[in-house]
Amino acid sequence: MPSTYDKIQTTTLGSSTQFITFSGIPATYTDLVLIFQCTGASVNMNWDIRVGNGTVDSGSNYSATYLVGGSGGASSNRTSNQNTLRLGFSAFIQSSGGVFTAITQIMNYANTTTNKTVISRDGNANQDVVEAAVGLWRSTSAIDIITMGDFGGATMAAGTTATLYGIKAA
Amino acid sequence: MHWLKYLYRDRRLIVMVPLNLGIVASSMRGVTNSYESIQTVTVGAGGQTTISFTTIPGTYKHLQLRGIALSASAGAVVYANYNSDTGANYARHRLVGAGGNPPNAFGASGQTTFSIFGDLTGTAATPSPAGVVMDVLDYTNTNKLTTTRIFCGADRNGSGEVELISSLWNNTAAVTRIDLTIGGSVSSFAQYTQFALYGIKG
Repeated sequence: MPSTYDKIQTTTLGSSTQFITFSGIPATYTDLVLIFQCTGASVNMNWDIRVGNGTVDSGSNYSATYLVGGSGGASSNRTSNQNTLRLGFSAFIQSSGGVFTAITQIMNYANTTTNKTVISRDGNANQDVVEAAVGLWRSTSAIDIITMGDFGGATMAAGTTATLYGIKAA
Repeated sequence: MHWLKYLYRDRRLIVMVPLNLGIVASSMRGVTNSYESIQTVTVGAGGQTTISFTTIPGTYKHLQLRGIALSASAGAVVYANYNSDTGANYARHRLVGAGGNPPNAFGASGQTTFSIFGDLTGTAATPSPAGVVMDVLDYTNTNKLTTTRIFCGADRNGSGEVELISSLWNNTAAVTRIDLTIGGSVSSFAQYTQFALYGIKG
């Protein structure tokens, strides 16, 4: 039986770093799953990703819709025409610590006929926030590179981990 | 390796324990896949009214259905039925974020089907699909009703929604078949829709 759920790449930061990039992602899977955990940052920062083919797209081609909950109630938000895909919207990475965790599904990432849809769940209990998001990258290019972090200059703390998995349909 | 203590059961090495350092390794009888692809359906040109997964084997603990879905216009709803049961045997609860506040929550019982996504993206020159991950938990257990959880969403750069859904099939039968249909504003899935069913071993 061929393997259907494989680890593609993993990174653990040995020192404070602005970005984690997974490049050369093979097109042989159906979906990607990204698991990210960050324990702190140089300053409070949102968790953003950019994707692309060969190089990441920094154009205004990203948008997202959010569902957010905490002890203060529930809310929903939306962004459009952004130059990053912000998956950590209300739950962000804190300079004071607290674990930010996300599991992100990048659906049908290698097809060249549709825009790319991402569904993601994240939270930071230290902030009393949990959220779900759907994101869109308006491009029909296959995704073979993902960069995550803060595009404003903040850095993620040592010990931050990111692992990319591939799921292969028969 | 003299500092390792070897533990055996039925003449099989089960663990190596360093005398002062705690467990450093345990034996494995051979790595097997716990997540397997069962069946994939891709919709071609002309569309498709129903996507069916038939003869689902009972050899897994859970099922996971993953896919992208497209329709000819926005507002389409994707429904699911188990084992061709179209009786009023389904209940569902949905939590929906559509960019406005407060978010919406819906519940219904005595339904003839359950929705796995409530607002599909319409096709365009470059279509923006909905993404869906659906878990059918303990699907072969005949001692309890079947619970399904769904995480899905579609964004259209200024519209769209993200949903968390739970559903109940009021039947203790093992799930052997899943049918997906589409309703609301359209009657068929559009080209490039793709759903893949996976089995997860217990």
